[in-house]
Amino acid sequence: MEEKKKNNTIMEVKDITLRFGGVTAIEGVSFDILEGEVRAIIGPNGAGKSSMLNVINGFYHPQEGEVWFNGQKRGAMKPYQIAYQGIARTFQNIALFKGMSTLDNIMTGRFTHMKSGMISQVFWKGKAEKEEYENREAVEKVIDFLEIQTIRKTEVGKLPYGLQKRVELGRALAAEPKLLLLDEPMAGMNVEEKEDMSRFILDVNEEFGTTVALIEHDMGVVMDIADRVVVMDYGKNIGDGTPKEIVSNQKVIDAYLGVSHD
Amino acid sequence: MFFLDPFFYEILISGLLAGVMYALVALGFVLIFKASGIFNFAQGVLALFAALTLVGFQTGQIPFAHLLSLFGLHATHWGAGFPTIVALLFSLGVMVLLAWLIVQIVLKPLVNQEGIILFMATIGLAYVLEGVGDLMWGANVKELNIGLPEGPSEIILDATDMFIDKLEISAAIVAIVLVVSLTLFSQYTKMGRALRAVADDHQAALSVGISLETIWWIVWSVSGLVALVAGVMWGAKSGVQFSLSLIALKALPVLMLGGFTSIPGAIVGGLIIGVGEKLFEFYIGPLIGGATENWFAYMLALLFLLFRPQGLFGEKIIERV
Repeated sequence: MEEKKKNNTIMEVKDITLRFGGVTAIEGVSFDILEGEVRAIIGPNGAGKSSMLNVINGFYHPQEGEVWFNGQKRGAMKPYQIAYQGIARTFQNIALFKGMSTLDNIMTGRFTHMKSGMISQVFWKGKAEKEEYENREAVEKVIDFLEIQTIRKTEVGKLPYGLQKRVELGRALAAEPKLLLLDEPMAGMNVEEKEDMSRFILDVNEEFGTTVALIEHDMGVVMDIADRVVVMDYGKNIGDGTPKEIVSNQKVIDAYLGVSHD
Repeated sequence: MFFLDPFFYEILISGLLAGVMYALVALGFVLIFKASGIFNFAQGVLALFAALTLVGFQTGQIPFAHLLSLFGLHATHWGAGFPTIVALLFSLGVMVLLAWLIVQIVLKPLVNQEGIILFMATIGLAYVLEGVGDLMWGANVKELNIGLPEGPSEIILDATDMFIDKLEISAAIVAIVLVVSLTLFSQYTKMGRALRAVADDHQAALSVGISLETIWWIVWSVSGLVALVAGVMWGAKSGVQFSLSLIALKALPVLMLGGFTSIPGAIVGGLIIGVGEKLFEFYIGPLIGGATENWFAYMLALLFLLFRPQGLFGEKIIERV
């Protein structure tokens, strides 16, 4: 892979500790994500990866530690406000709006870009109309990009799993995020579908410069598309570097092979 | 044949109009259920409260007059009321404020609870509102008059000998306008889409930038508006009295027929119940002792529960095995 122009840090988490009652999900984890890179977060099941993503997303508030986004420390923010900052995500178990069509689902991704208020929306005039067309155009671009034209009007609850994952990616892309968080985007896919997904992710990263952070279990995919990798195990950060460095890191090998911990 | 009996048509139309009145109440339920999965037991009381507030503003009542009389203040009215339009706007304002209070006090603390717990909360809300309504405006029966035409429609009476109340025609027109605008709002606007999103998946809605609190406030405000309209129509028809909250019970069969999540379904369900009730009472009632209007709707709803639980237009419950 060609050398990417490495820019500033877009996201940094410092000394994050997250507890749920007596269970410590994340302990003193720090790492950064550089603008324009593809950062993978890997680790055995239960390592705290999804929790980490939820912290970045603003769904969970860590008891200790700081989250810095775009050079600013994040104070107490509600989850829906994070979306306005330019962070979009997909979920491990697919959180689509099952009762809506593909088109409508992806349109909800444009929510943060729709500025006109309720009154002008009701009367469908001028600004609201123009905005609706612009947003519709953006959504159509996403649909073309992901090659899902044929299922535009289908109710997503009726779609097969692989296509649902793609629609969810579409909804996240429609928000034109600065940082895209993907929680196991390849889960449950066959080889062909994984190749398609990888291609989409790389295209988004290369064409639009979107920074991608993804949780993934398939090491082949991680080796292929990630620039740098963070490895978590039992809530701690046990490895951080390029895919090649990680693979030869003894602690990481131990974690995956299940060497007993003291 | 009964088709040729002119009286049949009078009953049919009367049934349709009654059905529209039922649908107006059912609409409020559908909105809240659609957006937050809560069955709002307090919907009937909201209609009552809205009507009480309207009459209060119109006649210049002093709120909480009973309570204040304990402190020596014995007046019940300011002396002059507000003109109807102003009173309507103020009442709407009160409902919007009430919606905000409900979101803050009842909904927010119970955010992740089971549906049944939220349902119980609305039962509590119903009783609280009823009590507050009584304390604020008094429990005596009040006349509600906002200038809607009343009495039989002369045009129709002269042309066809059918007695059709002008008030019910007005109610039908208002209901249709309301339903059409709400359906359009839900399908084609950003807020309507956001409402449907919140109804479907809270987490996903949050991650896309939709504020749950704001959406709930909007939904309960719109339901408040619908309650105001329903309260006004029913109040104009039979006076504002505390039994008005019982019309909510009639809305249940309507919801079961039309589906809990469908706005057009509320209208269709209402019409079917309205017409069914009247026709059944007139043609079959005499054969079985009469007074069937009390239970026909529930019988019909029971049948639907057995054979088509999601109603005519509701979302089919698909469970992926």
